[in-house]
Amino acid sequence: MGLPSLNQPFVEGSIQTRVGPVPWIFSTLALADRWGTIKARWGVGRMRYIIEPGLYALGNPDDQAPVLVTANYKMSFDRLREALPGRHAWILVLDTKGINVWCAAGKGTFGTEELVRRIESSGLEHIVAHRQLILPQLSGPGVAAHQVKKLSGFKVIYGPIMAADLPVFLDAGLKATPDMRRKTFTVRERIVLIPVELVNALKWSLIILPIFFFLGGFGGQNGYWFNALNYGLFAIVALLGAVAAGTVLTPILLPWLPGRAFSVKGLAMGMITVLLLTAFRTGNLSDWAGRAEILAWFLLIPAITAYLAMNFTGASTYTSLSGVKKEMKWAVPLEIAAGAAGLFFWLGSRFVV
Amino acid sequence: MGSLIYLKDVVSLALDREKCVGCGMCLVVCPHEVFSMNNGHVSIGNRDLCMECGACARNCPAEAVTVRAGVGCAAAVINTALGRDATSCCCVIELDGSAESRGAKSEVSNRSSCC
Repeated sequence: MGLPSLNQPFVEGSIQTRVGPVPWIFSTLALADRWGTIKARWGVGRMRYIIEPGLYALGNPDDQAPVLVTANYKMSFDRLREALPGRHAWILVLDTKGINVWCAAGKGTFGTEELVRRIESSGLEHIVAHRQLILPQLSGPGVAAHQVKKLSGFKVIYGPIMAADLPVFLDAGLKATPDMRRKTFTVRERIVLIPVELVNALKWSLIILPIFFFLGGFGGQNGYWFNALNYGLFAIVALLGAVAAGTVLTPILLPWLPGRAFSVKGLAMGMITVLLLTAFRTGNLSDWAGRAEILAWFLLIPAITAYLAMNFTGASTYTSLSGVKKEMKWAVPLEIAAGAAGLFFWLGSRFVV
Repeated sequence: MGSLIYLKDVVSLALDREKCVGCGMCLVVCPHEVFSMNNGHVSIGNRDLCMECGACARNCPAEAVTVRAGVGCAAAVINTALGRDATSCCCVIELDGSAESRGAKSEVSNRSSCC
């Protein structure tokens, strides 16, 4: 039988069953678990935040206790157990390679095949007297309930989207309200996604910012360092502003930004950003170099924010692949064209004019 | 605030009313209330809310619902177009709606927060 290791930091002991010692877990999270969530949200070791798949015991479950199924992404597992204080349940963890439920279902790793295999390998039929499983609703893209029944004898019941709704769902006799079945994208839900987007964009900035700074020193009548501190420093501020507008402000303001396409929302955010930034630089409009530089930023910043906003489709909870492809068909060429033209004018303002 | 709506008239969702047995599984798994049930018959009420996750099609025992399932993630589309491993984004694109990306590497980079 494939039971998970007892030697994992969050395992508090074991419960003897007919198939062997099942790891015993609590619903209360330790400091290390909370720290783990924070790190994963910031993209630190996010793809290796994994627990061993298999069966776990929460509280003191008997053969009538419900079986709840989740992914082996530690954050998914923690959200599930922390939602169930004082409850007794079996938790069946699927091997989704450390990916959350919804994404893994989309890939098929949280799928019919893995579920059936895990039911067998964990000896679930010897542990519970009933034959039903509660799955998160968002595992639907990967799991065919009717096939699981046919292949394993276990009936799949789709629970609420959010683990936090499980107590109400369980107490209502496994009935979900319409609210529990609707995937929202509230401002809170958008904000927690920001760090990963931001960190990723800043990684690229680490390479690009110094290049702009040092190129900023060349050309013009003044000395190298005077120019670098003028044009180069402004480039850094402008690029960081574009990153913040695209990865922080756009997600927060998403429903209120104009347009349906994310690139349009990003473009709007970029226009606001560039207007604010260049408002402090109107003095430069007196010569052609200054004008070319301002024009360059009017092209570069919106191009960057539109691109970053477009990338947020992957984090959103309501964009379809058909829609994203349609958007990208016109948005990507425009973003590349505006970015290239902006770069052309910026370099021109430094070296030609 | 109501539901957020992405682009209109693009999704590939289709329902074959002849095949539908009215079991209501699509209503259960759909995260955006796309379907509605009237007198035991399912219909597509909010087509533009569909995000093509494919849960309805996968859980339809009568194969009455079809959709080109995939993940609406620009980074994944770009990675696929560039011939890069699309799993470097946490989501992959399944053009045929099947789910064949088993064996996907787990030690992929931290790219993107899809989903």
